Amino acid sequence: MADQTIIRFENVTKQYDQDPAVLNDVSFSIERGRFYTLLGPSGCGKTTILRLIAGFTEPTKGNIYFHEKVMNDVPANKRQVNTVFQDYALFPHLNVFENVAFGLRIKGCKNDEIKRKVLEALRFVNLVGYENREIKEMSGGQRQRVAIARAIVNEPEVILLDEPLSALDLKLRTEMQYELRELQRRLGITFVFVTHDQEEALAMSDEIFVLNEGNIEQSGTPTDIYDEPINRFVADFIGESNIVPGVMKEDYLVQCAGKNFDCVDGGFNRNEQVEIVIRPEDLEITLPDQGKLRMKVDSQLFRGVHYEICGYDQDGNEWLVHSTKKANVGEEIGLYFDPEAIHVMRLGETEEEFDKRLEAYSEATHAD
Amino acid sequence: MQIRTRNLYLIPYLTWILLFVVAPILLIVYYSFFNVDGQFTLGNYQKFFTPVYLKMTLSSFWYALLITIISLLIAYPTAYWLTKTKHKQLWLLLIILPSWINLLLKAYAFLGIFGTYGPTNKLLESLGIGTQQILFTDFSFLFVSVYIFIPFMILPIYNALEEMNHSLLDAANDLGASQWTTFRRVIFPLTLDGVKSGCQAVFIPALSLFMITRLVAGNRVITLGTAIEQHFLVTQDWGMGATIAVFLIIAMAFIMMLTRKRK
Ligand SMILES: Nc1ncnc2c1ncn2[C@@H]1O[C@H](COP(=O)(O)OP(=O)(O)OP(=O)(O)O)[C@@H](O)[C@H]1O
Ligand SMILES: [Mg+2]
Repeated sequence: MADQTIIRFENVTKQYDQDPAVLNDVSFSIERGRFYTLLGPSGCGKTTILRLIAGFTEPTKGNIYFHEKVMNDVPANKRQVNTVFQDYALFPHLNVFENVAFGLRIKGCKNDEIKRKVLEALRFVNLVGYENREIKEMSGGQRQRVAIARAIVNEPEVILLDEPLSALDLKLRTEMQYELRELQRRLGITFVFVTHDQEEALAMSDEIFVLNEGNIEQSGTPTDIYDEPINRFVADFIGESNIVPGVMKEDYLVQCAGKNFDCVDGGFNRNEQVEIVIRPEDLEITLPDQGKLRMKVDSQLFRGVHYEICGYDQDGNEWLVHSTKKANVGEEIGLYFDPEAIHVMRLGETEEEFDKRLEAYSEATHAD
Repeated sequence: MQIRTRNLYLIPYLTWILLFVVAPILLIVYYSFFNVDGQFTLGNYQKFFTPVYLKMTLSSFWYALLITIISLLIAYPTAYWLTKTKHKQLWLLLIILPSWINLLLKAYAFLGIFGTYGPTNKLLESLGIGTQQILFTDFSFLFVSVYIFIPFMILPIYNALEEMNHSLLDAANDLGASQWTTFRRVIFPLTLDGVKSGCQAVFIPALSLFMITRLVAGNRVITLGTAIEQHFLVTQDWGMGATIAVFLIIAMAFIMMLTRKRK
């Protein structure tokens, strides 16, 4: 698998002037043909990572490898990478055809080859017949597709996309998410996609990097990250969640809200302080005495697909429930959940330690 | 109702245009059909097409062109550099400032600077080159003209550069363009409108320069502007002066059309 790696960041730090570092000792690798998403709040360094890959800026410390060759100071125009910019950055003085042809013309391709490739790229993004349009005559979604065509026509190894969907309305955005994912599969090119929208990230990616303040908090498949966030930040940022303090009585048994619950996590010390996560959609409403927990309903919102119910248990922990069943405000209800719904987080654990623990206790389980 | 009030607002402007633009042009055209003795004639137009005047027209255009090109060559890099500096507003002010000073004043200042006993010649002497005749040469004429016009070239180019979306430069770079290619294929085409405005603002007034031609160039450079001035004020041949002015106006209209912005 090692030869599949195209780009590798090795302890990359980026710092502007005397400001605190924008990226902090970041390491990761990007493999051929996969869809990666950089996910994080505004200002966490997503664009900075893309700019480092594209070559618009150089790392302060650390190395960036392309196919195991250091690329730190190779200029952008010499890299096998193309970018779809957040504002698309289409050339306003050129029409659609010439925008897409820009990279090929610079490479000095022959006219008929340019024509063939540009038309093919436009077909890929469903823009056949728009060749002679001016950019200002195109809609937002069409512009975005021109920008994608302009990138793919050069047949780069990696395409970088900086929040390309953020300017679109919800419907078009969902549509484009499908189109983009589909396009990536057809082309087999690696995509590195930036977004601060967690649903978008979960829907599209093979692998997600969750970023916070210049650090990669966690990386993994959408299900890994959703089901097993390693800390409060990730759990909170990826979807809504109930995060409650607890104590690990022993492996597979956790105490919280004054009760003991079976769970599926292990590798902790006896009586270790932990935090547990339960997703609101994993909580099921039951009659008060049939649930594992009791809570008093405090408020309820109709969200379309489900009701969002908020309440407090006897210990004063707040619980958020997503349910298709309706509850009544002020009423006592029971909450039921499976052992698998509980995810236990060790306080202050890094991703590396998390992976090690996971490995250790799953080995122990298999040994049983 | 609304349209009528809007038309009311236009009255001062239209009056102004009528009195100070349309009327003078009509007067000029009218005068161009009379000779020195006040008789109706087409002779002025015939005279314009004699070698003396054609040569003058040509030299006028030639100098205006030189001034425009030199201004452009200096102004473009300056404007580009301006967009990259930290204290843009300050630099911009320093560049605009001289254009607030009266033209005549600046011309007189150059008489001193370039004069036989002026600082330029002092410098040349101390360098061992010796005193040179700088005033009343093509060089001094071009130098002073460019100095006077250059702010009008820098500003529109600077504005065009500032308006340009800077991620376009990253995009060009990303698509494999070197810095020079980026300039040729993206920056220059996108600032072309600014360049056109600048050329307009320099070329047209440069065509009808007259004060500097006498003061700094010592009447060695005769432009259409000088000729008009001479006819009106010295030979009192208003008809011929007006005829030249008519051609100047036509030339200006033509240049305006040529440098019109595409929309
Ligand atoms: N040229 C620069 N000089 C100084 N600081 C910069 C520069 N570019 C970015 N930064 C800082 O780096 C940090 C990360 O910026 P970056 O653009 O990578 O954020 P981002 O994750 O893309 O955010 P957003 O979602 O808002 O686009 C920010 O705090 C920003 O202020
Ligand atoms: Mg960004």
